[in-house]
Amino acid sequence: MQSPSKFHASAFFTALMFGFMYLPIAVLTFYSFNEAPNSAQWKGFTFSWYIKFFQDGRILSALWDSVLVASLATGIAAIIGTLMAIGLARYQFFGKKLFQGAAYLPLIIPDIAIAVATLVFLAVIAVPLSLGTIVAAHVVFCLAYVALVVSTRLANLDPHLEEAALDLGATPFQSLLFVLLPQLTPAIVSGCLLAFVLSMDDFLISSFTAGGGVTTLPMEIFSRIRTSVRPDMNALSVVLMIASAGFALIAEVICYRSEKKRFQ
Amino acid sequence: MKAPSISESAPSPPRWLQPVFMLAPAGLWLLLLLIIPTLIIFQLSLVPNIRPGDVVNPSGLDNYWRIFQPESFPVILRSLFFSVGTMLSCLILGFPVAYWIALFSPKRWRNLLLIGFTLPLWTSTLLRSYAWISILRRTGVLNSVLTSVGLPALDLLNHPIAVLIGMTYSLLPYMVLILYASLEKLDRQLLEAAADLGATPTQTFWKITVPQCLPGITAGCLLVFITGLGDFINPELLGGTSSRTAARLVYDQFLGATQNWGYGSALSIILILVVSLAIALLIKYGDKNAKSL
Repeated sequence: MQSPSKFHASAFFTALMFGFMYLPIAVLTFYSFNEAPNSAQWKGFTFSWYIKFFQDGRILSALWDSVLVASLATGIAAIIGTLMAIGLARYQFFGKKLFQGAAYLPLIIPDIAIAVATLVFLAVIAVPLSLGTIVAAHVVFCLAYVALVVSTRLANLDPHLEEAALDLGATPFQSLLFVLLPQLTPAIVSGCLLAFVLSMDDFLISSFTAGGGVTTLPMEIFSRIRTSVRPDMNALSVVLMIASAGFALIAEVICYRSEKKRFQ
Repeated sequence: MKAPSISESAPSPPRWLQPVFMLAPAGLWLLLLLIIPTLIIFQLSLVPNIRPGDVVNPSGLDNYWRIFQPESFPVILRSLFFSVGTMLSCLILGFPVAYWIALFSPKRWRNLLLIGFTLPLWTSTLLRSYAWISILRRTGVLNSVLTSVGLPALDLLNHPIAVLIGMTYSLLPYMVLILYASLEKLDRQLLEAAADLGATPTQTFWKITVPQCLPGITAGCLLVFITGLGDFINPELLGGTSSRTAARLVYDQFLGATQNWGYGSALSIILILVVSLAIALLIKYGDKNAKSL
């Protein structure tokens, strides 16, 4: 098969690429503890950048707005996205392909186009921009991610379980609630975690739909880092990275476990 | 079963109501906040921007013609250059990684390696781009390393190269995931057969491996291209004023200094059309399994 030299080459290259993926993260972490505010030289260990942003009222209120938007958007998307995924898997109807296409469109259409369309629409129907309009806009893409994860899981489920429940006298609503939903829970949870992280990360759609009063965390970060390198932003990065990596790991573990259970 | 007792008497809703109950909420949401808005910007893109003293052009395609004018056409070309460049560098850098993980890495590490490689995706896009500022700027990490070994410092920030680095960094994990999905399904018996029949590793690679995972390569390339085309943050933060892209041009028409909604809408419609074309190619030539990524 492959010669040993080739094996070493691609293994070495992969290690190099892992280094590339983690270099920026290492750099941010390094800077966040470095006393020197603006240099690559180590001037001593400090926690002061962390303390600085924890006392920064604007960052904290932006963080709160972001968490609120992401929670509401994810919550709504979880309910209507799960129902949609089940409905699309179960029923045949005219225009189904079109419906499906529209639902997954936000995964591919550039954010800027969605942002523009939403802003223009809100202006046309004269709805004032607010926290609510950001949530409504975020639901569109959160919905797509929840539906995607849930429908993948649905495709791998055993349909007989639900049929058995119906044969045994359960109403369709009961079989949905007590038979189907428990099997879908891992997928719904990991879809929600994904949607939450993406909503927390969104900059463009929020900027277009926020109006004057609301600033989400990415908007606040963007306005600060565009002008200069800010050491307290390094500390914020590290905290956010740890939080979202935690989310990612939870999602992966849930997915991995439910996969494993299925093949046992 | 753990069916509750109240159920027996509860009447079942009519059959047609079930699909409506499941599909209407999401359907309405999509209709109101995605479909109708897109139709509205399409309509708006056909309304010519009439400034005082302008001769009215009744064709309504003014906003589209403007895209080909020298003030904006280079910006569109730059966007294409960045997304194609990113696509190529992701393919070149991502292929060996996916190849090694799929074919050579210890089997029980595979999932862990993939998760490890894609973990940075979960962190904030803005802050990842910001990290590259810290690395590439004049007094940054890269230059400290270069000057400490006696090499000249490089001015990479606010240069197209910085944008390509940032975009490649953002999109490489997607490429690796898709290529992995396709390399994992590679028929190993064919590889062995080729070797038995005297093919050199290079011949085997180009005649067996590459053709077999061509759909995966197509899928990965198109997805990176699509995502790169709409990237706003990397060009904005790493490229400086000389690296403005289509997304930034659209942004300016709505939130920036040059307010022109019709023109901005026309640009958005063009972006959507280019992306739709790429998706059509993806559906035709791409990897069926990779698509779900």
